[in-house]
Amino acid sequence: MRKLLRKLTASLALFCMLGLNAMPLVAQDKPAADAPAAPMAKADDMKAAAPAEAKKEEAKAPPPPTPNKGDVAWMLTSTALVLMMSVPALALFYGGMVRAKNMLSMLMQVFVTFSLVTVLWCVYGYSLAFTEGNAYFGGFDRLFLGGTFDAAKGEFAMGATFSKGVVIPELLFVAFQATFAAITCCLVLGAFAERVKFSAVLIFMTLWFTFSYAPIAHMVWFWPGPDAYTDPKLVDGLNAKAGLLWQWGALDFAGGTVVHINAGIAGLVGAYLVGKRIGFGKEAMTPHNLPMTMIGAALLWMGWFGFNAGSALEAGNSATLAFVNTFLATACAVLSWTFFEWIFKGKPSMLGAASGAVAGLVAITPAAGNVGIPGAFVIGLAAGVVCLWAVNQLKRLLAADDSLDVFGVHAIGGILGALLTGVFCDPSLGGPGFVSDWVTVKVVSGADYSISGQVWTQAKAVGVTILWSGIVAAVSYKIADLIVGLRVTEEEEREGLDVNSHGETAYHT
Amino acid sequence: MKLVTAIIKPFKLDEVREALSAIGVTGITVTEVKGFGRQKGHTELYRGAEYVVDFLPKVKVEAAIKSEMLEQVIEAIEKAANTGKIGDGKVFVFDLEQVIRIRTGETGAEAL
Repeated sequence: MRKLLRKLTASLALFCMLGLNAMPLVAQDKPAADAPAAPMAKADDMKAAAPAEAKKEEAKAPPPPTPNKGDVAWMLTSTALVLMMSVPALALFYGGMVRAKNMLSMLMQVFVTFSLVTVLWCVYGYSLAFTEGNAYFGGFDRLFLGGTFDAAKGEFAMGATFSKGVVIPELLFVAFQATFAAITCCLVLGAFAERVKFSAVLIFMTLWFTFSYAPIAHMVWFWPGPDAYTDPKLVDGLNAKAGLLWQWGALDFAGGTVVHINAGIAGLVGAYLVGKRIGFGKEAMTPHNLPMTMIGAALLWMGWFGFNAGSALEAGNSATLAFVNTFLATACAVLSWTFFEWIFKGKPSMLGAASGAVAGLVAITPAAGNVGIPGAFVIGLAAGVVCLWAVNQLKRLLAADDSLDVFGVHAIGGILGALLTGVFCDPSLGGPGFVSDWVTVKVVSGADYSISGQVWTQAKAVGVTILWSGIVAAVSYKIADLIVGLRVTEEEEREGLDVNSHGETAYHT
Repeated sequence: MKLVTAIIKPFKLDEVREALSAIGVTGITVTEVKGFGRQKGHTELYRGAEYVVDFLPKVKVEAAIKSEMLEQVIEAIEKAANTGKIGDGKVFVFDLEQVIRIRTGETGAEAL
């Protein structure tokens, strides 16, 4: 019977809720006796396993939900958009900011890191992040994506969204989340650009992805899904299966903690451990091609619609809210960075506008479907000026050569967005609130919403992410250093990574 | 014979070329160069990092001419390249010992 339930619930999987609330989640129910058994189980499965019982259940079980074609189409599109954010968008954004002699190394590191993490994701990463385990790690139920597609029966396992009874194919969720895992790792690359050894990058990424990205994604986003919440008596047991930060009630729509703070901290630790570039602060290290950086930033903005609005997991109200917030907050941040730079530094720069766009996108990420329009205005405007400060004053205080400002933009922007999400989620500030009771799908009211309480929850989630990512990153860099060494030789660094690490040159004159 | 080398602002190149053609200079060589003089450089700001750019882009124009054309050539370049602002450039004049046209083997003024 346990086996049967396991089978049934495996085909069941994820779900989520409605637009108003929050985390992209997904859950996949591993099995177990207390799992909310069979409402969606496939009749065929049941017959095969235990005909008599199956018939009984079949009679009362509603038919399994089928995915809506609009949802599936949107999620496929979103997934491709997020891929575009890494390759080529992030690669060009970063590539334009390095010197010409290191252009290909930047493109290559992004390209290969993206591919490496995608493969690891399908081998064990997805399972570790999005199956039931403990509050920190998932299990190994989905190694090599086993169980997501039954070729013999031609059946696909379904994953949860944020709405009861609404599902998408689990494989689609796997692909969507694969792009998140991969771009998060790629973001880290900017911090130690222009001097890191390529082999060290691959070792570091493998370790950090496994021990930081996967568990933090699990802690923030894994939960049993809305369909599991059928009875108030089940709630405590179901909540206990979710990830740690989800249990705490932290809101992170599309990855403020999981993606940006996580990557930003790993980047800062990397900038310290890999060390400064030779000549840092003495020689000119000017971006070699800002038009490419602008193209990259613009493609990031476009791709981010998939990233944020796709995190609703459905094509509906929540996705639309996330879409508009992604639009508006980013535009606000561009203006904010540009005008403050103009006032304090004398000239409004193209690099500033592009950086402002990315800062705004980062900050609105945790908030995307969790705040209303007022939140988007404030978060966007704040992100521009706070991140401008971070890449100037704060960077000097830190005394690290975070070459492309991964910390200043992603960690700082992510922290800002995560905290302000706690403020502007409040229905009395125009936010959608969050679901306080998944059995009835009741959304918290403005009167019941505690801004200070939610901001404190957000702050705790930020703190856990900073510590976890920082420690895992430090250990991972040390291991990579012991195995192959983190840096190229001084001579290779001076001559450029393109010719020395990759045997090619970006530009021929 | 003289070799006249002028360092000018890049956007003045067309006017200088036209002015030289108009007085009968039959060939010039142009190179994109960088350098500094009284104009000095400028500063560029990339996020938090400020860099002083010492070398500004200029164009170097070289013309080999008959000695008797020298005054005319200098005057043409001066007029065409002048904006009145700092950074207009300079003209250098050298004595030219020999000129050979490779195709025909002509030498001296014949080869100009």
